[in-house]
Amino acid sequence: MGARWIAIAASAASLVVVAAWAGEEKVKLKEGPGLPLVRANCVACHSLDYIPLNSPFLDHKGWEATVTKMVKAYGAPIKPEDQGPIADYLAANYGKK
Amino acid sequence: MSDRRRFLSTLVIPAVASLPASLRAAAKPWQPAELAEGAAAEGYLESIPGKVPLIKRSYRPPNFETPIDYFKEPITRNDAFFVRYHLAGIPQAIDAKAWRLKVGGDAARQSAEYTFEQLRHDFDPVELVAVCQCSGNRRGMFQPHVQGVEWGVGAMGNARWKGVRLKDILDKAGLSDKAVEVAFDGADGPAMASTPDFVKSIPVDRAMAEGTIVAYEMNGKPLPHFNGFPARLIVAGWTGTYWMKHLTSIEARTTPQGGFWMNPAYRIPANTFHVDPFPTQATAANQPITDIVVNSLVTSIRDGQRVKRGDMVDIAGVAWDGGRGIRDVEVSMDDGQSWVLALLGKDLGPYSFRTFSHRFRVGDAAPVVRVRAYNNRGDTQVEKLIFNPAGYHHNVVQRIRLEVV
Repeated sequence: MGARWIAIAASAASLVVVAAWAGEEKVKLKEGPGLPLVRANCVACHSLDYIPLNSPFLDHKGWEATVTKMVKAYGAPIKPEDQGPIADYLAANYGKK
Repeated sequence: MSDRRRFLSTLVIPAVASLPASLRAAAKPWQPAELAEGAAAEGYLESIPGKVPLIKRSYRPPNFETPIDYFKEPITRNDAFFVRYHLAGIPQAIDAKAWRLKVGGDAARQSAEYTFEQLRHDFDPVELVAVCQCSGNRRGMFQPHVQGVEWGVGAMGNARWKGVRLKDILDKAGLSDKAVEVAFDGADGPAMASTPDFVKSIPVDRAMAEGTIVAYEMNGKPLPHFNGFPARLIVAGWTGTYWMKHLTSIEARTTPQGGFWMNPAYRIPANTFHVDPFPTQATAANQPITDIVVNSLVTSIRDGQRVKRGDMVDIAGVAWDGGRGIRDVEVSMDDGQSWVLALLGKDLGPYSFRTFSHRFRVGDAAPVVRVRAYNNRGDTQVEKLIFNPAGYHHNVVQRIRLEVV
């Protein structure tokens, strides 16, 4: 999965020159099933702090809607079969308590 | 000099960015208690090029908030001015010599392209002081919480902008009678080609208004990179979403601008707020966000602060609105049972922060301070949040409890 993350990030970087500033390597997400998928699919467009930033107030439905929004509104190329496991990780680790 | 003083004076404070996470928590700025747990934890001080340490909301795209102490002055410093981007495709730097501003569109009689030098020399310069406030300022304080960048109180700033009237640029191009909107694009864009580019439009009458300018200076200096170098749009009175940074294109249109960033993004429910209309974009259910609602921020005291009986305490801060100008600021020390008028500071124009202050002596009862601003139309702040799903127009009257010791 780690290798896949790098491949996607590299292909995204080749589309547009994206400026990078130091700092985001400090963002550490909670370990759990689905984390590699989250990294692979989310990090090309935004730093992962957007996830803890929006927590813990979305329930599973709320995180599902967020993943759908990323795909439909923002054009994120997340495979349909990966969307459920990503929402599961987000709800389990950053969901409404 | 005591040993302790000597120790402090020789202590080298490392840059915040290089601190381990455990110590970074110590660099936490004051933040509203209403923020969600995750938002509060992610909001530590962090440095980006050209800025003092700001409150980090997100690294990429960069969203950094101004700490409250910088609002003790009516003009916000360039190096403390908040940073807000939607998309991560931001140029690392822009060469002003190579920059071009394109003007055209189907409602322009002729198109033009300006260099930075031409922009500065072919038009009369104008200056105005105006608040740039993110539409979602204070979103993090919404109850229930709504998704987005979870801002506290500092996604705003007030600066003296210098530039040229958009009207003068449009007059030179020759505006058709059929023009309905003017649209703007900037040099930044999405990280992926499949993500909609950030393009915004304003009604043609707003484009021709005196307070709408293409600014190339901020507080007497070139714009900081992260605030839109070399030129950005200023739509004085309207929220920051229209203030296109790194401006590259001005398009006069005979049809409404489409796209994600005009609809469904940046919408407020219809007939809910007392704000400017945007007829060419409105639907039965909603309209684009437009002008800033009247608001104030207390900068001199914090909730939970301890004061002594007999102390003189200053209640001071800034008040602003969407361009009607601030008429009064009222202060209560007894949780809204009685109100007095605060002293207003210098008037820097209707789009600017207006400073206010009120000094009082602490008695036996613990003061509960409330502050509400009124604009010249008589609008004031709300007691109860007007909830809307995108988290806009939070102007709830603050409530600051002081503890008497």
